Amino acid sequence: MQQLISFTSDYTRYVLKGGTKFYAWMGSLAVLIVGMMYVFYLQNTDGLIVTGMTSQIHDGLYFANLVFLVGVAAGAVTIVFPAYAYHHEGMHKVAVLGEMLAISAVIMVTMFVFAHMGRPDRLWHMLPIIGIYNFPHSMLGWDVLVLTGYLILNAICGFYYLWVKYTGGEINRKWFMPLVWVAIVWALSIHTVTAFLISTMPARPMWFHSMMPIRFIATAFAAGPCLIILAFLIIRNNTKFWVDDSAIRLLTTIVTWCLGIALFLTMSEIVVEFYARTEHANGLYYLMFGLHGLTNLVPWFWGAVILMIASFVLFLMPSIRNNFKLLPIPCVMAFAGIWIEKGMGLIVPGFIPTPIGEVTEYYPTFVEWLLTLGIWAFGFFILTILLKGAIGILQGEIKYGAAK
Amino acid sequence: MTPNETPPACPAQEQQAECLVPPASADPAASAPKTTRRDFLKAGGTLSLSSLMGAGALMAQSDDAHAAAEWAEHFQKNYRLMTDAEKAEARVRLERRYSQEYGKPVTVDTTGPQPGVLMGYALNIRKCIGCRRCVHACVEENNQSRGKRPGEKIEWIQVLRMERGKFEQGKMDHGYPEGLGIQVGGNAYTPAGQVLEGQYHYNPEKVPEQDATYMPIACMQCEKPPCVKVCPVRTTYREADGPVVIDYNWCIGCRMCMGACPYWARRINLTNPVLPKEEMNPVTHYLGNRPRMRGVVEKCHWCLQRTRHDRYPACVEVCPVGARKFGNLLDPESEVSKILERKNVFRLKAELNTFPKFFYFYD
Repeated sequence: MQQLISFTSDYTRYVLKGGTKFYAWMGSLAVLIVGMMYVFYLQNTDGLIVTGMTSQIHDGLYFANLVFLVGVAAGAVTIVFPAYAYHHEGMHKVAVLGEMLAISAVIMVTMFVFAHMGRPDRLWHMLPIIGIYNFPHSMLGWDVLVLTGYLILNAICGFYYLWVKYTGGEINRKWFMPLVWVAIVWALSIHTVTAFLISTMPARPMWFHSMMPIRFIATAFAAGPCLIILAFLIIRNNTKFWVDDSAIRLLTTIVTWCLGIALFLTMSEIVVEFYARTEHANGLYYLMFGLHGLTNLVPWFWGAVILMIASFVLFLMPSIRNNFKLLPIPCVMAFAGIWIEKGMGLIVPGFIPTPIGEVTEYYPTFVEWLLTLGIWAFGFFILTILLKGAIGILQGEIKYGAAK
Repeated sequence: MTPNETPPACPAQEQQAECLVPPASADPAASAPKTTRRDFLKAGGTLSLSSLMGAGALMAQSDDAHAAAEWAEHFQKNYRLMTDAEKAEARVRLERRYSQEYGKPVTVDTTGPQPGVLMGYALNIRKCIGCRRCVHACVEENNQSRGKRPGEKIEWIQVLRMERGKFEQGKMDHGYPEGLGIQVGGNAYTPAGQVLEGQYHYNPEKVPEQDATYMPIACMQCEKPPCVKVCPVRTTYREADGPVVIDYNWCIGCRMCMGACPYWARRINLTNPVLPKEEMNPVTHYLGNRPRMRGVVEKCHWCLQRTRHDRYPACVEVCPVGARKFGNLLDPESEVSKILERKNVFRLKAELNTFPKFFYFYD
């Protein structure tokens, strides 16, 4: 018990102390968070009318970010899996950082769920026993289950590991390893279920295909590691903690392969849909070329395609992928490309045209952008704290008894 | 009932609430409910819980019926799981709140499904002239939001206008792909007879227009409703007499049902519905046309407030050409049954296996 108290206080004191750079970063995130809280208040007093969503296009920026971030959360497994399955030295050292990323990503997902709901005050209706939990029929019920489970698994695995490092004990592999394995499989499940969430609706032909889960996982295992690589490079340059080259190299390889698979799947979808060109291809046609003169998403789609193909080519070039000064460029490009393709580029055209053939467009409002930005800021706020604390412990700067 | 009474917090009030159970039910089983000791205890427990909440509202020194009702509404159960006493209590609470809000006595009916009734609907697509009286009658009957801002205006029925289209002599050599002569197909048509590629924003001087046909569409009250399956909180469900309904007080506004509906029958209240006092229809049903709130989904329920009392839905009543037919599918003598027996009928998007109880037919 006394250990727990000192863990909490040491951890808190460590993460709160930092240089000017740290405070400037956290301060600017805090400004965005305050903005987010204000527009969230607006949205829950005036209603969703302050957003660009309508009865026609009723899932927008929030849902898009939710889907994308589930992928980022699942992407953490690209560190944990090589670390434990292949006993990759460099990865094993940083596996806990992947778990910290997963925790922050799932927290962001939860916040986007709140942002998306018309009545967040009634969320308790979903809780078993006091509410009604439509299980196993509702895919959203499944999604809540797997996401909550993933959050808990990562919190246990991550913080238990840090706790042992802090107290200087030994990891009890009897239950820790099985839990790690469950978490690895679970990571796949969160993104699979999120794909099922939208791909099980025949009413939306654009989403109604069984390729969705594998495409989600391919893009997730490209976008997630991109963010991790960026985080690792920042950590290497700004802290005393050293992430091995081998870890970054392996992540780069994973990104390249998954990005290639994602591009291939996109190509397959385009061929299948446009060869027959049924009415069911209208959504994709709207996305790529516009429909009835409405072309809002066309530049976004082609922008995403260019970003993804260009970053794929860059990743294939040894002079880029092995140069850690240039590596952030394709990482940012791939991350942005997938964010567009899998977010707005997937969700919005699912509603265009509507099931009764109506073509309308969706314009996210300022409220939506600020709320989205604020949730990302909150996620990075949490991520910074978690990474800082984890690194402090891994470095031995936070250690039981060290303060005295 | 008088709106100024205290909320049902004391046993005496509960007694009164009991008395308010609508006598309208024709179900003999429902009119004389068998109360086992267990049910009685259960009811007692839940009642005391809700009494506690009522007391909470009183302790908050709120004599405003609106605030007290809203406070209690936050904690009420899903309608389907409420006991009769709880339903009555919720009914009293809502009636009080609505009456105060709209400045006239409002009734909230809780009549359940009638035994031996399965509602069905048939629409003569040949007769429809696209006048959209059904749309407007529905809005007035069912208390839909009617504001000016986009998103404040909700209509449950959409009448799609479809081009008649034609094939033309002059386009005989127009081929497909375009500009290359006839390669893999011709282009001698203008869209004709396409289903669900229509427009519902049309404003002609007169209807019917010569070059158009009309296709009204609303909730199909599917036997296998995809919207019900996806709902994470089971707030939307198929009633025993057919219609798919929503407990507006239980809906969390996740909009999964809207995505799952292949007929685009559902609408979200993006903001507090705009419902002028003088236009509000005070005869309401709990699962039907009672005023909705911000952030919840709504849709057609075949005018439960009317049809459970042997009246036609508003759209059927108003249709000037008699294109709309409504009745009991289990009664072989009903109009709908006769139509199913004698006419060519079809269902929209039958390939999706939703099995609508809304049929289209033509003479």
